[in-house]
Amino acid sequence: MIDNTADDPRRRAPLVLGEHNFATVTDAVCNIVEAPAPPKAWYVALAVSVGLTGVLFACVGYLIMTGVGVWGLNVPVGWAFDITNFVFWVGIGHAGTLISAILFLFRQKWRTGINRFAEAMTIFAVVCAGLFPAIHVGRVWVAYWLFPLPNQMAIWPNFRSPLLWDVFAVSTYMTVSIMFWYMGMIPDLATLRDRATTRIRHVFYGIFSLGWRGSNRHWHRFDRAYLLLAALATPLVLSVHSVVSFDFAVSLLPGWHTTIFPPYFVAGAIFSGFAMVVTLMVPARAFFGLKDFVTLRHLDNMNKIILATGSMVAYAYGIELFIAWYSGNLFEKFAFANRAFGPYWWAYWTMMTCNVLVPQLFWFKKARTTPWIMLVLCALVNVGMWFERFVIIVTSLSRDFLPSSWGYFKPTAVDLLTMAGSFGLFFTLFLLFCRYLPMIAMAEVKSIMPKAGLDYGVHRGHGQYWGEIPHQHNQQAESAAGPTGTAV
Amino acid sequence: MASIENHESAGGPKRIRYLLAEFETPEELLSAAERVRDAGYTRWDAHSPFPVHGLDEAMGIKSTVLPWFVLMCGLLGAAGGLGLEWWTNAFDYPYLVSGKPLFSLPANIPVMFELTVLLSAAGALVGMLAFNGLPELYHTLFTSKRFHRATTDRFFISIDAGDPKFDAAGSEAFLRGLGGVEVESLED
Repeated sequence: MIDNTADDPRRRAPLVLGEHNFATVTDAVCNIVEAPAPPKAWYVALAVSVGLTGVLFACVGYLIMTGVGVWGLNVPVGWAFDITNFVFWVGIGHAGTLISAILFLFRQKWRTGINRFAEAMTIFAVVCAGLFPAIHVGRVWVAYWLFPLPNQMAIWPNFRSPLLWDVFAVSTYMTVSIMFWYMGMIPDLATLRDRATTRIRHVFYGIFSLGWRGSNRHWHRFDRAYLLLAALATPLVLSVHSVVSFDFAVSLLPGWHTTIFPPYFVAGAIFSGFAMVVTLMVPARAFFGLKDFVTLRHLDNMNKIILATGSMVAYAYGIELFIAWYSGNLFEKFAFANRAFGPYWWAYWTMMTCNVLVPQLFWFKKARTTPWIMLVLCALVNVGMWFERFVIIVTSLSRDFLPSSWGYFKPTAVDLLTMAGSFGLFFTLFLLFCRYLPMIAMAEVKSIMPKAGLDYGVHRGHGQYWGEIPHQHNQQAESAAGPTGTAV
Repeated sequence: MASIENHESAGGPKRIRYLLAEFETPEELLSAAERVRDAGYTRWDAHSPFPVHGLDEAMGIKSTVLPWFVLMCGLLGAAGGLGLEWWTNAFDYPYLVSGKPLFSLPANIPVMFELTVLLSAAGALVGMLAFNGLPELYHTLFTSKRFHRATTDRFFISIDAGDPKFDAAGSEAFLRGLGGVEVESLED
């Protein structure tokens, strides 16, 4: 395997390794979907995930039948695992849009290997996230009161409430993420349709590819629409977690009422999202033979982003502590001393270890390019980010202004099983995606391969393509291909 | 239409719908597209597994009006969002919260922003499909076996028989002269 993680500024490192041409890219990605049976590990993983999903639905059913008393939350801790899980999953969802939209606008061509995968993960994470606010309202059957729909109280929702902003932000985010993901997938679904050997595949992929025929008049508008969606999704992704942070920041509770929350939450969201992408990507690229497309350089780049956003999160923790002291506000100071040394000290120090110390190991190249090390580190980051939300929500609520109203939250079995179940739902959707949809954006990967490189017209010397660019115009396709991985 | 009649009268005379030329590389497609454009054809298309850079110029495609459509959708979302907030909270059921004004811009920005993005994004996807005439699940080009590789690794030029410059024999000879692998005529 060629090492493409070295940075030689004189030449662009190849983004696709191995001896690939357009046809082999299609084969490598489509064979996963078309294989008669997936790897054994897939069945094992699916069985576990579906089992956990069953646990989730059982817990949610029990909750709805019985009431929110089955959870451990109670006054003063009115929000606990429900909102912790919500913020955790929404945060995870931020990586997909960051990769597909922001990295697209920054012309980071390496995103083509991982964007489909990350976008899918985003959608599944937002599905899990959306579940919690819906079930935490208590009377689930009137959850539609969240939306501006006529209801039996003849009253409209309060549009000046951050909780309502959240409804709009998360549902918009969900819808736009699905549209972005689906639109990017249309050409690849057409590839699967054109290769279909069974009737059912032909019909299924035929319907969802909408009759795409690779027309350049279509590509022209497709490209423009993709750019527009990226430009729209970029402020959207930054707004979503900002709005989520308003749920807290706009209240008056010490530990919540801080102006640093929006950027701090966004950085944390991207941090946790990338960690989840790496956690899923490392096993998936090994099991499904995608190491040529999701190369070590991709993982290296993602780990660098984790390091950068992790450092931002660490900085935000520091500033929070500094401001708590500098404000001279008794309650503010107490809130932070209580986090670190109060009854939830174990949660706080888990968070600090996993989010501040662990990502700093990514300064070492060995950690950034060794799959098992990054898998461990990223799993720890996800643990840390779950605890961050737990610390913010539960410690702040449990001890506010009056000692007489203090309390201590302990999760019940239903709390814990619901959380575990949400992971089951996430992994179930993810495993189905791996098996039935193209995991790599084939059309996009082909467009950044050297074979697509055209030393042509206005694009002469444009530097659009990565790896060795064939210079002979008139050579036949096969010979002009050249091994894409010949760059050192 | 003629195609329906043809289907009904099985064995009746079929009409050529498309001429399809196949190419192996994007370079060949580009130079062929330039020649088709220069020959004055208007109802024709190029097909590729990925967007080929420079092909829009080589085909002489005018820039799409899609961005303007998306802008309209966005403005509609912004106006609709603000209107919704004003009507529900300041007019139909006035909310008096802590003596604050019934309506002010800052608290209403987030929802307005989200609806702007929502409608623009929907406009981008739906508009792109509508301007492209999709979904169109059946197309004569799909009857070609070779054309199945248009989504994998081959490049095509198709000329519609409805093109004013189309002439079955002449256009076929012209396409053959472009140096592709194969030229096919597709009937319906």
